[in-house]
Amino acid sequence: MDSNNSLPAWGAAAIVIVTLVLAWAIWPSAHKSSANETNVADQFPNDQFPSTYKPLPSHTTLIRNATILTGTDREIAGGAVLLQEGKIVAVGTNIAAPDGATIIDGTGKFVTPGIIDIHSHVGVYPAPGSQASDDGNEATKPTTPEVRSENSVWPQDPGFTRALAGGVTTLEILPGSANLIGGRSVVLKNVTAPTTQAMKFPGAPYDLKMACGENPKRVYGEKGGPQTLMGDVAGYRMAFQKAVDYRAKWRAYWKAKKAGKEVDAPDRDIGLETLALVLDRQIPVQMHCYRSDQMATMIDVSKEFGFRIAAFHHAVEAYKIADLLRRNNICAVMWADWWGFKLEAYDAIPEGIALVDAAGACVMIHSDSDTGIQRLNQEVAVAMLAGRRIGLNIPRAHAVAWMTRNPAQALGILDKTGTLEKGKMADVVVWDGDPFSVYTHAEKVFIDGALTYDRDDPARSPRSDFELGQLPGENRTGGAGQ
Amino acid sequence: MRYSVIALSVAAALAISAALAQPVHAPAPPTSGTPNPPILIQHGHIYSLGAAGTLADGDVLIENGKIAAVGSSLPAPPGATVINAQGKPVTPGLMASYTQLGIEEIEEVAETNDSRADQDIDAAAFDVTDAINPNSTLIPIARIAGVTRALTAPVMGSGVFYGQAAVIHLGQGPDLVVKHAAGVLVSLGPIGENRERVRRPDTWAKFRETMDDAREYWAQRARYHQPGGARDQRSNRIDLDALGPVIQGQEPLIVHAERASDIREAVAYGQAQKIRMIILGGQEAWMVTKELAEAHVPVIIDAELNLPDYFADIGATLKNATRLDAAGVTVLFMPQSDDPSQYARTLAQIAGNAVANGMPWDHALAAITRNPAQAWGIADSYGTLDPGKDADVVIWDGDPLNLSAPTSVFIKGIDMPLVSRQTLLRDRYRDLKRKYPPFSYR
Repeated sequence: MDSNNSLPAWGAAAIVIVTLVLAWAIWPSAHKSSANETNVADQFPNDQFPSTYKPLPSHTTLIRNATILTGTDREIAGGAVLLQEGKIVAVGTNIAAPDGATIIDGTGKFVTPGIIDIHSHVGVYPAPGSQASDDGNEATKPTTPEVRSENSVWPQDPGFTRALAGGVTTLEILPGSANLIGGRSVVLKNVTAPTTQAMKFPGAPYDLKMACGENPKRVYGEKGGPQTLMGDVAGYRMAFQKAVDYRAKWRAYWKAKKAGKEVDAPDRDIGLETLALVLDRQIPVQMHCYRSDQMATMIDVSKEFGFRIAAFHHAVEAYKIADLLRRNNICAVMWADWWGFKLEAYDAIPEGIALVDAAGACVMIHSDSDTGIQRLNQEVAVAMLAGRRIGLNIPRAHAVAWMTRNPAQALGILDKTGTLEKGKMADVVVWDGDPFSVYTHAEKVFIDGALTYDRDDPARSPRSDFELGQLPGENRTGGAGQ
Repeated sequence: MRYSVIALSVAAALAISAALAQPVHAPAPPTSGTPNPPILIQHGHIYSLGAAGTLADGDVLIENGKIAAVGSSLPAPPGATVINAQGKPVTPGLMASYTQLGIEEIEEVAETNDSRADQDIDAAAFDVTDAINPNSTLIPIARIAGVTRALTAPVMGSGVFYGQAAVIHLGQGPDLVVKHAAGVLVSLGPIGENRERVRRPDTWAKFRETMDDAREYWAQRARYHQPGGARDQRSNRIDLDALGPVIQGQEPLIVHAERASDIREAVAYGQAQKIRMIILGGQEAWMVTKELAEAHVPVIIDAELNLPDYFADIGATLKNATRLDAAGVTVLFMPQSDDPSQYARTLAQIAGNAVANGMPWDHALAAITRNPAQAWGIADSYGTLDPGKDADVVIWDGDPLNLSAPTSVFIKGIDMPLVSRQTLLRDRYRDLKRKYPPFSYR
């Protein structure tokens, strides 16, 4: 666009603008025509629902005399964190308060990075549950790469405010697991807004949700398949082969066009477009997979087609193959102690997270639940204590990464959030005690430096539109409509 | 809610591996019938919930499977096994007031799940004691978390009545049943998976008709059993038989209801008909505390619920337990309600979360020991550390309500091995070295 600024005549500028608009409208042939034409990411637009998120107003805030768990394996006694203009600007022990800063005395309190839940269906399976809002699974055919969870999110789900009261500042909302390929997920900042775009985490990559195992078989076994695990795997491979062919068609087109030939653009397929972006590693895969054998199979499938699996979710058997996950740089997303509700969850053990961690692989907690998401600190505690009871040395400064740093890494946003380090988004929780206790509450939650939740201040306790006027006197509870 | 599962819980025939039916390899429990030597637990922080109160440095003596004494500096009888608790908390074994332990192995594997009646209308006669599997792998998993007793109960089927619950112990089998016919479950609100086709007036009409039938039937039961004694009630005879102890006020009706209006109507019916009642679910029970307290109706809750799962529980709040308790309503806890059997080990955590939201600590501990003992009619043998009761005793590695684990679990005086299928899996895969022998031989 810079070169256009030098055009002297307004008329010429207008022509250029009109041309650009038209070019966008007839996408993709004219979009960034100078780009490398074999690079799918430069050709396929990837942000049709752009984030309109704006941080809430914030004050410069100094939290001091607190125990700080930075998320980088560091615990600072009597520590301080300075939040300014939405960023963390200092973490240490002796930090001078800038003029006019709000000072929070953290005596007896703990400070952690905001919790990140990498696996949530808040908004797409909202409360109250009803058929009218049952929007998490496009269970009409086994591969639906064309759908996006962000188009199902109901921002008024009270689950968001409850999660906020549990210290959750970022969540990935995934499509459900009915489908082999369930669609794109979306990463949200846990702020309240009347639109989903206003919650979208700026700059967070998309992910593709895929599912192993029982669920697709159960849904489609009597509806044309897949009916078996081998049918599941054939389904992924056939879908990705179509994407390979689709990409080849477009590459041929781009090449011919570049060579100045008159060629018709191939038909656009928005599902295959997503898969082509997955093939080109622009969109990683978040893979619902319980069993060790299924995870190993999916690693092979990812190598066959060249896509990247960021993490296996519900990976209850990850402890059996933690070395394989470490070698392939794939994270395990696990529960502390859920197990046995279905056959493929039968081998979960409470020490699973600790064992995967001890083997040097990346591991994290997740909820998959609108109640569990409110207590991820307790879930980490359960996993940490289970590990300690078998003799593993797991300091709380390390365990805190299971709900902060590691999910940020698996979501590709570790450069922005997930730890208390200078320059990162000021997504911060002040706890009224050790977060790894059932008795401890998130007392204050900051998102981009703004105080978005204060347990002691009803005026700083958001409630969804849905919950207004439901009960006489609104005598519900404490914060965030709890 | 575990959405991805719930959304998919379409019944499906799934072949189950034969391996599942085989017993797991576990150390043999103590030989049945051998007289066990007395056990003296010394220097515990004893929370007796009974006459001995709380002892900062106390002892518990177990003899012949019973608690023989609770006090300070108790002498060890000859031959006694002495355990030094080193100041750790000692409590009664815990009781979960709503589970499917013993009747459900894997929720979604139909062959292993005996918790749901397959009848259209009423299933009062559906009796869980016909299905209890003492070899269920869930039982040791719950036990090593300190749960020694449970109500095992049917879940919502397609009728108004779900069936009959039982109280079981989680100790040495094969007979786990402590109390048969501990309650008949009934749904008096549109809850769970049937909520979209249940209308409250229909439910109440069916419920009243069945209860009326039961009263009429029992008033003339002898006559109906005479040769040629034709019966004129629509309800099934077996259901009417099962409801006898309920209409006679001996066995509680366990009413699954969440909305305040449903609870209020149920309590009023129970009062009018002189029926013992226990509310299950009760997320809006905090709005009905006066009626519940006056009618002495206990409430079984999951203290972690605070979202409107359905329109029937808009008022769900983390303060439910605290408000009920403060108003004098007896609170009973269930484990995490999305799978209270697999997650039976969350029972103490549930109680801890109630404390975190205002319930006094000792009241929360009572809600998983003494309160259920009384509510389920087994207080003569369980619920407190008082002499003469069954020796269900747990020694904890920390505050029992704050994510602690037992270091010893005694059930009916037997020192239970802290082994489960999960600890065996853990031990097998703890060392991931791909060496000889392969994992399956370890």
